[in-house]
Amino acid sequence: MSNPKKKSPLSSAESQEAMRRVLAYIRPYRIFVAGSLLVAAVSVAAQLYIPLLCGDAIDLMIGPGQVDRSGVWGIILQILVVMVLAALAQWLLSVCNNKITFSVTRDLRNDAIHKIQSLPLSYLDSHLSGDIVSRMVADVDTFADGLLMGFTQLFTGVLTILGTLLFMFRENVLISLVVVLITPLSLVVAGFIARHSYGYFHQQSAVRGEQTALVNEMIEGQKVVQAFGHEAESMAAFDEVNQRLQDVSLKATFFSSLTNPATRFVNNIVYAGVGLVGAFYAVAGGITIGQLSVFLSYANQYAKPFNEISGVVTELQNALACAARVFALLDAQDQIPEAADAVTLTPDGHVQLQDVSFRYLPDRPLIEHFTLDVQPGQRIAIVGPTGCGKTTLINLLMRFYDVDGGSISVAGTDIRQATRASLRGSYGMVLQDTWLRAGTVRENIAYGKPDATDEEIIAAAKAAHAHSFICRLPEGYDTVLAENGGNISQGQKQLLCIARVMLCLPPMLILDEATSSIDTRTEVRIQKAFAKMMQGRTSFIVAHRLSTIREADVILVMRDGKIIEQGTHDTLLAQDGFYAKLYNSQFEGVDQADSAS
Amino acid sequence: MKQMLVYLNGYKKESFIAPLFKMLEACFDLLVPLVMADIVNVGIAAGDSRYILTRCGLLLLLALVGLACSVTAQYFSAKAAVGYATALRHALFAHIQSLGFSEMDTIGTSTLITRMTSDINLVQSGLNMFLRLFLRSPFVVIGAMVCAFTVNIQAALIFVVTIPALSVVVFSIMAVTHPLYKKVQGKLDKVLGLTRENLTGVRVIRAFGKEASETQRFEETNGGLTTLQLKVGHLSALTNPLTYVLINLAIVALLYTGAIEINVGRMASGDLIALVNYMNQILVELVKLANLIVQISKAVASAGRVQAILNTKPGMAFPQVITGKAPARDGDAVRFDHVGLTYAGAGAPSLTGITFTARRGETIGVIGGTGAGKSSLVNLIPRFYDATDGAVELFGRPASAWPREMLRSRVGVVMQKAQLFTGTIRSNLLWGNRSATDADLWAALETAQAAEFVRSKPLGLDEPVEQGGRNFSGGQRQRLTIARALVSKPDILILDDSASALDFATDAALRKAIAALPGSMTVFIVSQRAASLQHADRILVLDDGHMVGCGTHSELLERCPVYQEIYESQFKKPSELLKGGAPA
Repeated sequence: MSNPKKKSPLSSAESQEAMRRVLAYIRPYRIFVAGSLLVAAVSVAAQLYIPLLCGDAIDLMIGPGQVDRSGVWGIILQILVVMVLAALAQWLLSVCNNKITFSVTRDLRNDAIHKIQSLPLSYLDSHLSGDIVSRMVADVDTFADGLLMGFTQLFTGVLTILGTLLFMFRENVLISLVVVLITPLSLVVAGFIARHSYGYFHQQSAVRGEQTALVNEMIEGQKVVQAFGHEAESMAAFDEVNQRLQDVSLKATFFSSLTNPATRFVNNIVYAGVGLVGAFYAVAGGITIGQLSVFLSYANQYAKPFNEISGVVTELQNALACAARVFALLDAQDQIPEAADAVTLTPDGHVQLQDVSFRYLPDRPLIEHFTLDVQPGQRIAIVGPTGCGKTTLINLLMRFYDVDGGSISVAGTDIRQATRASLRGSYGMVLQDTWLRAGTVRENIAYGKPDATDEEIIAAAKAAHAHSFICRLPEGYDTVLAENGGNISQGQKQLLCIARVMLCLPPMLILDEATSSIDTRTEVRIQKAFAKMMQGRTSFIVAHRLSTIREADVILVMRDGKIIEQGTHDTLLAQDGFYAKLYNSQFEGVDQADSAS
Repeated sequence: MKQMLVYLNGYKKESFIAPLFKMLEACFDLLVPLVMADIVNVGIAAGDSRYILTRCGLLLLLALVGLACSVTAQYFSAKAAVGYATALRHALFAHIQSLGFSEMDTIGTSTLITRMTSDINLVQSGLNMFLRLFLRSPFVVIGAMVCAFTVNIQAALIFVVTIPALSVVVFSIMAVTHPLYKKVQGKLDKVLGLTRENLTGVRVIRAFGKEASETQRFEETNGGLTTLQLKVGHLSALTNPLTYVLINLAIVALLYTGAIEINVGRMASGDLIALVNYMNQILVELVKLANLIVQISKAVASAGRVQAILNTKPGMAFPQVITGKAPARDGDAVRFDHVGLTYAGAGAPSLTGITFTARRGETIGVIGGTGAGKSSLVNLIPRFYDATDGAVELFGRPASAWPREMLRSRVGVVMQKAQLFTGTIRSNLLWGNRSATDADLWAALETAQAAEFVRSKPLGLDEPVEQGGRNFSGGQRQRLTIARALVSKPDILILDDSASALDFATDAALRKAIAALPGSMTVFIVSQRAASLQHADRILVLDDGHMVGCGTHSELLERCPVYQEIYESQFKKPSELLKGGAPA
């Protein structure tokens, strides 16, 4: 989870912009904002009024035999009324603020998920998913905390300060001055401490990061650590960092914990000051005992909103910074919208790539002027070393990326004129990256066809050779998979992905290293299932293992992003080029053994 | 919890002084209203300005002494908490290092890292808060009541009623909302999980055209989160108004009693001011206490998670010195006798009835499909796991007779996952043998087919290795880990599918170089590629944990159907190849 403290502060223009947009999100709930302000005013006024009433009551009890009991009783009734009013206002204040905050964060998250669905793949591929997740979850949460605190404490804090000043100055100017002049001292002290402990906190988080990295490495590599008997060395390295962490943590913890004692000390000085001046005034007859008691209780309360507000301001800045990060996500450029007259494709297995050019980075040409005519039912294999850009072609076919030049058409229609849904629905896709959702095995297989019957699902699983392992799972088809299938093996995940496609059986297929994590024996069986599935279907196959692609109608050989050879297995071998070299390398060393046998 | 307190032993003094000084501070705080009452009752009543001055001076003095006390308390509390966390981290790290493979598999690394970092941090701040506040708050609450008794017994009875009433309100709201907050966290985790799914699965989601239904699913979960947040929010928003009402009812009762008591002369108006002041102090402390309990309960939960790891006993004991009698025959490097292995918590055995002998200097290939038990088999040799059935012998002695150091120095393992550590190429290679010379390192690199690319690095052996070796390609990492194992010059070398990222030519050169090493090293090669194992003296064929074949390549090709199937799946036309028709 990201640490909001690490984020750089916004410039004032950015803050204003973020603020403006936050307000736009709040606008639908403005009635609650108005309500919140109203009840905040009521609650503050009522809370400040009660000490005043208490003071009045005390003034009616001067000494033995000098107590106005009916007067006191009258004041008590007033206190009760004001108290109920204040309590009610307090609760309504929280209700309004909760409503505003949680509604705004819900709206923000919903907007963000809409955004994610419409962002182009190029954005999602070039941004760490962890970062986007942290914007949508941690940042929105921090923002909510800040907003809630802001609403709850900022306005009431300001009102409390103003109200207290008003009430105090009405009673006595000099005593008020004592309070007003000394109290800000606590802010100064708190600020001083915060500034100094900040440096230590910074160091602490740096050392913590260092330690986490070490722990991470040593625990993840524990098997190697033990295999090489390296325990003592790692322990020594750990202890060294641990010692440094202890030193800096002690400083950080101690200095930051001085804030409370220091502000309490200032508060006590104010209290003593009010007592001193107030007592002399009272002796001189300037104020009554009751009034003095009012001042004493105000003196106790007055510092609180100051401390709160200074906390709120940092929280709010933090909240705005988080909001700005969410807005940055919301502002990212959407994918090219579908044309209004986009047609629904009816694929016939015909795919044409006409003079296609594409590059991810403007200065890095990748696919240049590539032309390929795929006849219905043909099998196209794409081979080449890792990282040569095999997946790029798939990105273009599925229109995850748009071509820069030329065109791709399916059944004679340029795919840019067609709806994305109908284009993508024409392909069944099994990727190397085996994504499964958190849910049951059944839900995952039926992902593309939620209304599939159990028979269909089981048939698809059998075709993908997944049925037998599914039956061995604790709950069979109802076994709940952890996020991204954490509780089954990579090979099993791949089988499920294959079953998922088997169930839909679209007219064209894309298999990107679909069997890379499956052992060769199972693979052979799946290949048979695939072969059946591919019959009459146009298919694009990316694979490492040359045995899987030998029977393709066209083999595209890619290297460094470019298609360097094109042909059938036999013609390519005859060419004796890169493909032939790749193909033969897997048999190196075999010949001797064979001649020996 | 008791055993967790052991780590506080070095900080007994600090953990005693901190709460003590906190209590002293609280005492001085409690005296303040009494002094103020004197100012009102004596000073103002008599118009004695000297008295007022000295009493106000006393207030200042109390503030100063209070400050000194609390700063002292904060220091010792921070020292104890930080020291405790440091000791705990040390103990936990040491303990994790002592855990065997079996325990590590069960627990999982990511949770260990969380416990090592954020859980201990929570324990640290929880302990710090505990030392500072846990005695102070109850002390102030009770102390305020005691002080009230010294002022006026009638009025003090109001405190006796109010304190339990307040406690009931504060703690019952907390008891209701606390589990709800946990639910909120659970919902938030769901929102997080869905977000991550939508990002990692974007291609599949779009390929199946499921954008709309995914959005709807997210919005439902998100809406559920909001509803729950509102519910908890409204509930916990009751705390403030309810306590406010209670405190003011108490103050009203004080005024009422005060009116009677002052009228009969049993109380002065200054006393009433002091009592109201105490009442307000109680409220502040109770709210603090409630927050503290939330914090502490989190810390206790974290401490429990740390303790659970500390309580996990390493399942394997190693003798200090080699045991058992010297073997009669020294020629056998590894002997498996009807070996079976069932992993902890697994339903079915991973290996069943494996029997074979590997002699010194032999090369043994291990082949089989995914999950056939290849890694399980070789992991028994360095005793990463103990066989649950049968016997594993190394150089004529049971695997359990070897001290850990001795065993691990004689068996070099290159694991499937090529794991390097932050440092330099040299520091990584030295893991194999701390006193290896540069010449040794280069020799190992040559054998591992890594010398060429290491030489091409600007800093050679001193080229930095980033975390996990991410600045090297998969194939380079694999070759470096092979070199690391070779540096230790082991008697048995295990290559557990550790050449999978190498191309066929490099793989072949590597095998040739290893075979050419002097001495009589026994080599185990685990691979999915039949081609990599062709030259092995013997190949063990595994299928679903059973050994279904054992022999040379050509023997197996003749009579082992599983091997034939594997071979054919990779070469398709073995008959052609056997006839000598292999492409040159």
